[in-house]
Amino acid sequence: MSILQGSDLECVRGDRRLFRDINFSLDAGELLQVHGPNGSGKTSLLRMLCGLATPVHGKICWHGTDIRSLKGNYYGAITYLGHLSGVKDDLTAIENLRISSALSGVEIDTEKAHGALQHMGLGGRELLPAKVLSQGQRRRVALARLLVCGTVLWILDEPLAALDSAAVKLMQNLLEQHLGQGGMVVMTTHQEIDITTGATQRLQLT
Amino acid sequence: MSLWVIQRDLLLAMRRRSDVLTTLFFFIIVVSLFPLGVGPEINMLRTMAPGVVWVAALLASMLSLGRMFSSDYLDGTLEQMLLSPQSLAMLVLGKALAHWLVTGVPLVLMSPVLGIQYDLSTDALLVLTASLLLGTPVLSLIGAIGAALTLGLRGGGVLVSLLVLPLYIPVLIFGAGAVEASAAGLGASAHLSLLGAFLLTSLVLAPWATAVSLRISME
Repeated sequence: MSILQGSDLECVRGDRRLFRDINFSLDAGELLQVHGPNGSGKTSLLRMLCGLATPVHGKICWHGTDIRSLKGNYYGAITYLGHLSGVKDDLTAIENLRISSALSGVEIDTEKAHGALQHMGLGGRELLPAKVLSQGQRRRVALARLLVCGTVLWILDEPLAALDSAAVKLMQNLLEQHLGQGGMVVMTTHQEIDITTGATQRLQLT
Repeated sequence: MSLWVIQRDLLLAMRRRSDVLTTLFFFIIVVSLFPLGVGPEINMLRTMAPGVVWVAALLASMLSLGRMFSSDYLDGTLEQMLLSPQSLAMLVLGKALAHWLVTGVPLVLMSPVLGIQYDLSTDALLVLTASLLLGTPVLSLIGAIGAALTLGLRGGGVLVSLLVLPLYIPVLIFGAGAVEASAAGLGASAHLSLLGAFLLTSLVLAPWATAVSLRISME
């Protein structure tokens, strides 16, 4: 049995059916790339995987148990980064990182937060309020959480949006490292990203 | 865990002091308008005082309810809170407490000063402050349910007052009643005990109800 398994998933938004009969299974060290045109339900699928939305039909299992009955135990194993990065304008980069990781159950000290931000190329900007950072830099602050969270499954919605080519490269390394350590990633992206470690599956939504 | 949320919300409030000050000044101005409008009839002012202060406190705490979850909703932090391995109800409790510290406590501290405008006796001032101290956290806790239910709706601000104000009525009756009872020589302890009971009940039930409402609103 796979670690993460979705079976017969169906999503309805209003009176429009976005997708049906979606099946996938993901094991340690595997990457699932969700493809599809705008409005095909990629974000809805990812929100379902996090347990933020409930599928009309079908279920998602984590180690064989429905994620809806796991709740907190499941949330402790995943990190979700959505379209909205959850970065607060009035807080500094370092406060943002420390607070968002504390919310996800991992309390980190200032040094570790510094290290993570530095790794994401934000060295020297840790104490600036997020509102003066550019879109790409705010994205990097959000992505820095991946470095400190220590979760198994990453669910990333367009993680590469607004990133420059250096940061895309950085993300690529980060993903490869995570997969190499037996982690799992589910992501959507319109950009091509070349991941060589682990097995890559593609899921096409129409 | 809740501590992190409280700390964060207080930090945000410090960085945006204007939000806190508008609520406080709204309260001060509404309470001060009545003596000016009604005229300097001391006996009438004394009878009105508890009701006016309490209604102003309800409206002032309404004013800031919209902000309780909306900024977290708009920037995606709320999604992260829903996905926190800790219990959502505890996070919500933290947010409600932070809301009270930022909007409720200044009102409580200000009320004795405002009561002087109405020529309240020292005893009455003490009871008024005590009733606000017990009652304003209830306003934040109940208000959180309304704020969560109307999250992301257009015109949510008006809707939240329609939803929440009726639920505030018991707090208003016993809060204002406490001062009247003590002025009539009956003692305020019965009213204050009831307010305490409301506080305990809402401490237990409101965070849970808010957490459920948030999950529904976010689907």
